[in-house]
Amino acid sequence: MNIDIFGSLPLIVIWLALGAVGIAIQAFVRNNTRLIFGYYMATLAGTAALAVITAGHKALAFNGMITVGGFANYFDVLFCGAGIMAMMAARPYLQRENAELDEFYTLLVSSVSGMMFMAHANNLLVLFVGIELMSISFYVMAGFLRTNIRSIEAGLKYFLLGAFASGFLVYGMALIYGATGSLQFDVIAKNIHDGAVNFPMLLAIGAVLLAVALGFKVAAFPFHQWAPDVYEGAPSVVTAFMSTAGKSAAFAAFITVFSALMPHGAALTPKLQNMLAVVSAITMLIGNITAISQTNVKRMLAYSSVAHAGYLLMGIVANSADGYFAIVFYVTSYVFMQLGAFVVVGILERGNEQHLQISDYAGLAKREPVLAFAMAVFMFALAGIPPLAGFFGKYLLFVSAIDAGYLWLTLVAVLASVVSAYFYLGLIVKMYFSEPQGSHEPTRTGLAGITVVVTAAASIALGFFTTQLLSIYRSWIGL
Amino acid sequence: MGVSALLATLFGPLLGAIAILFIHRDQATAIKRTALVFSCLTFLLSLFMIPEFDPSNSALQFVIDQPWIPSLDAGFRLGVDGIALPLVLLTTLIMPIALLASYEPISKSIKEYYVLMLLLQFGMTGVFMAWDTFLFYVFWELILIPMYFIIGIWGGKDRIYAAIKFFLYTLVGSLLMLLAIVWLGLESQWAGHGFTADLTKLQAIGSQIAFDKQQLLFWAFAISFLIKVPLFPLHTWLPDAHVQAPTAGSVILAGVLLKLGTYGLIRFNLGLFPQASVHFAHLISVFAVIGIVYGALVAMVQTDIKKLVAYSSVSHLGFVVLGIFSVTTEGVQGAVLQMINHGISTPMLFLCVGVLYERRHTREIADYGGITKVMPKFAVLFAIAMFASVGLPGLNGFIGEFLTLLGAFKSPVLNNWTYAIVSASGVIFAAVYLLWMFQRVMFGTNDNAENHYLRDLNRSEYWQLVPLALLAIWIGVQPGPLMKFSEQSVTAVVKWVQKPAPESLTIKVNHAPHAEAHH
Repeated sequence: MNIDIFGSLPLIVIWLALGAVGIAIQAFVRNNTRLIFGYYMATLAGTAALAVITAGHKALAFNGMITVGGFANYFDVLFCGAGIMAMMAARPYLQRENAELDEFYTLLVSSVSGMMFMAHANNLLVLFVGIELMSISFYVMAGFLRTNIRSIEAGLKYFLLGAFASGFLVYGMALIYGATGSLQFDVIAKNIHDGAVNFPMLLAIGAVLLAVALGFKVAAFPFHQWAPDVYEGAPSVVTAFMSTAGKSAAFAAFITVFSALMPHGAALTPKLQNMLAVVSAITMLIGNITAISQTNVKRMLAYSSVAHAGYLLMGIVANSADGYFAIVFYVTSYVFMQLGAFVVVGILERGNEQHLQISDYAGLAKREPVLAFAMAVFMFALAGIPPLAGFFGKYLLFVSAIDAGYLWLTLVAVLASVVSAYFYLGLIVKMYFSEPQGSHEPTRTGLAGITVVVTAAASIALGFFTTQLLSIYRSWIGL
Repeated sequence: MGVSALLATLFGPLLGAIAILFIHRDQATAIKRTALVFSCLTFLLSLFMIPEFDPSNSALQFVIDQPWIPSLDAGFRLGVDGIALPLVLLTTLIMPIALLASYEPISKSIKEYYVLMLLLQFGMTGVFMAWDTFLFYVFWELILIPMYFIIGIWGGKDRIYAAIKFFLYTLVGSLLMLLAIVWLGLESQWAGHGFTADLTKLQAIGSQIAFDKQQLLFWAFAISFLIKVPLFPLHTWLPDAHVQAPTAGSVILAGVLLKLGTYGLIRFNLGLFPQASVHFAHLISVFAVIGIVYGALVAMVQTDIKKLVAYSSVSHLGFVVLGIFSVTTEGVQGAVLQMINHGISTPMLFLCVGVLYERRHTREIADYGGITKVMPKFAVLFAIAMFASVGLPGLNGFIGEFLTLLGAFKSPVLNNWTYAIVSASGVIFAAVYLLWMFQRVMFGTNDNAENHYLRDLNRSEYWQLVPLALLAIWIGVQPGPLMKFSEQSVTAVVKWVQKPAPESLTIKVNHAPHAEAHH
C-alpha cells in the first residue's frame, strides 16, 4: 500500500493536532482560552509551513485517494493563512460579544482541515468527507452567537439547505461512479476521454448534480439564495472566514472535479462549459444588481460575494490551465479583500446588529481614518480597479475566457463590473464624502487590527507582486 | 540624459506624494510648499527632454523596457514620441499652476488633496509615456481614483452625483478597452507570436487582424477614448464634473484629462487599426461635427460661466477629433496643436472663472457686469484667454483650428467639404458665445453693489495666468517650433494608416462594403 507519509504531512499534522492533542488539551485545561488560541494559531502556522516544505513533492498518496504537493499545497497555505487572519479577528470580536468559547477555534481549525481535504481529494468520497467536515463546522460557527436569534437562524438555514445540497452531491457521485466505474478523478477523466462510459446520460446527470452541489457551496445562481441570509446573520468574523476560505475551497474542488469531468475532446465538455457559462453570467449579474439596493453592509458584501463566484466560474468555463491559474490568483486576492472588508465590518459592529447600515458609515474617514482607508482599499480592490489585487485576477480571468471563445461572457462580466462599481463607490461616498452623524465611542481593534493591516497591504501589494506569485505557483504545480 | 529626464518627469510627482505623507497634517504650509516644489522641479526636469529629443525621428525616444509580468509579456515600456512629448510637457506645466490655484480655495483635508493631485499627475504622465497596453491601462485607471475623490470631496454642492457619474462613465469605457487589450494580446498568441502587451509588436499585428474583428476592437478602444474626450453624445458627464469640481480640478480636467482621450485615438485607434480607422472616419467625423455645433449652441444659452466654458470644451475637442479622423498630416498635426492650445486657453478660462468665484461666490453671468473698471489687470488676462479660445489670429487657438479644418477639406478619406464647412460655423459660434459672455461680465455698467469693490489679481493669481498667457501669444506668433516636434511622428502615423492601399484609398472608402475584399 502506497501511503507517502512525507507528502501527506500537512494533512496528518493538522489532524493529529486537532483530533488527538487539541481535544486532549480541551479536556484537561479549562477556561484557558488564551492557551487554546495560541495552540491553534501555532497549528495553522505549522501546517502552512509543512505545506510549503512538501510543495515540491507531487504524488498520489494513500493508494490514489489524495494528491499531495503542488496545487493542493498552494491552497493549504491559503486556507491556513485565512484561518490565522480570521482567528486574530475573531478573538476581540467574540470577547466583545461575550461569546468566546474554546470550541470556536477548534471548529475553525476543523473547517480548515476539511478545506484541505477538498483541495487534496483525488477521490469523490474523500471530497465528500472534506466538504462535510468544512460545512458542519460552518453550520455551528454560523450559529455561534446562541443568544442572538439572527445567528441561530443563519446556522439553521445554512444547515438545512446545506444538507439538501449534500444529497445532490452524493447522488451525483453515485451516478458518476455508475457511468465511469471509478471514484478516482484521474481514472474518471481517462474513462471519459476514452469514451469508456457506460451510460452517457448518467454521466451528464451526475455532472449536473455535482455542479448543483458545488454551485450551492460557492453560492452561484440559482443556489445563491441562502448566502445573504447566512452571511448577514452569522457573526461577522465567521462570515469573513466562510465567504472567503470556504469559497476558495469550493473552487479548489470545482477545479479538481470539473477538470476531470471535462476532458478536452469529450462530447459532454462543451455542453457543460456552456451550462456553466450561463450560470456564471447570471450569477454575476444577479449578485451585483441585487447588491445595489442593499442598505445593510453585510448583505451588500454578501451579494457582492455571490457576484465574485460568478467571475470565478469564468475560469472553470475556460477549462484551461490559464483559467485554473486565474481562479487560483483571483481567490488569493479575494481572500484578502473580502476577509478584510468583513473584518472591518466586524470591528465597527456593536452588539444587537448596531452599526451595520451603510448610513452608519457616514464620515468614517473622519472618525476612523485608518479603518476607512483600509475599507476604501478593499472596495476599490473588489471593484477591480488597477493596480489593486482584484484587477489582476479579473484580467487573467478575462484572458482565459476570451481565449476559450467566451467573448460574450467577458462582455457580461464587464457590464457586471460597472454595475458593481456603483455600490462599492457608494460605501466610499458615505465614508469620505459625508459628515459623521451622532456620537460614536472610539473603536478598539485589538488583534483584528493586524488582520486589517495585513489584508489591506496584501490587497495593494498583490498587484505589484503578480509575477512573484505567478512564478511561485507555477513552480509548485510544475508548469 | 533623456531617459533620466523622462524617469524624473514620471516619478517626480510620485516622490512628492510620498514626501507629503511624512508631513504632519497640521502643517498646511509645508504640505502646500512641498507639493509645489515637487511639481515645479518635475516641470524643470521635464524641460531637459527637449534638447535631447530628435524631432526628425518619428520613432519612440528615451525608451525604457523592463519586464514586469513575463507570462503576459507586460512590461514597463516607456518612451515619448513627437505626439506624446508636447502633451507630457503640457501636463508638467499645468500641474504647478493647478496647485497654485488650490492654495486659497482648498481648506479641508489638505494633505489628502495634495497627495491625490500628485498621484493624478503621475497617472497622466504615465498614460502619455506608456508603450505597453497593460501599463497604459493601469495608468489610465490610476487617474480615475484621485479625480473621483477630488470632485467628490472638494467639489461643489452636487459633487457626489458628479463624481459618481464621472467614475461610471469612464469605467464603462475603460473596461471595454480592457477587453480589447486582452483580445489584442490573444490575437498575437493565435497568430503564433505569443501573448503580448507590447505596443510595437501589437502594431505589427493590428493591421493583419481580420476586418470584422478589427471593427469590434476599434470600437472597444474608441468608445473608451470618446467618452473621455468627450464626443457628442457621450459628453454628458463633462458639464457636471466641471461645474462641481474645484477650480484646480477643472483646470486639470480641461487641460490634460480630456487630451488623454484624443491622444488614445491617435495612438491606439489610428496606430493599431488602420483599415477600421479609415472605414469609420466618416461616422466619427459626423459626430465630431455635431459635437462642434451642438457644444457651441448649448454654450451660448448657459447662464453659468463655468458651464459655458465646459460646453466650449465639447465644441473645441470636436475639432480635435475631426482633425484626427481626417487622416491627413495637416489634420492630425492640427489636432495635436489644438490639444496643446485647448490645454492652455481653457485652463486659463477656468482660472479666470475661479478668480471671479473666489471673490463673489457666484458663477451666474447675470450677477456680474462692468468688472473691467474694478479689475483692469484681470480684464486683460481674461481677454487674452477668451480670444485664444475663440481662435483669434495671432493667438494660439487660431492655427490649430485652421489646420484641422484644412485637414478636413483636403482629406481623401472624408472626401467631402461639408464636414469642414459645417465645422467652420463652430468657430463663428465660439466667437459669439465667448464674446457675448465677456461683454456681459466685463463691460456694461457695474450696477451690482457687491461688485463695486472687488480686489484685482493678487500675486499668486498672476503667476497662474501670466505664464499661460505668454505661451498663448508665443504659440500664436511662432507655432513652428512646436509643430516641428510632432511633424515626423504625425506623418508616420498618417502614412501608416494610409499604407494598406494608398492609391485606392478614396475609392475604397466610398464603397465601404467592398473594403473587406481587399484584406
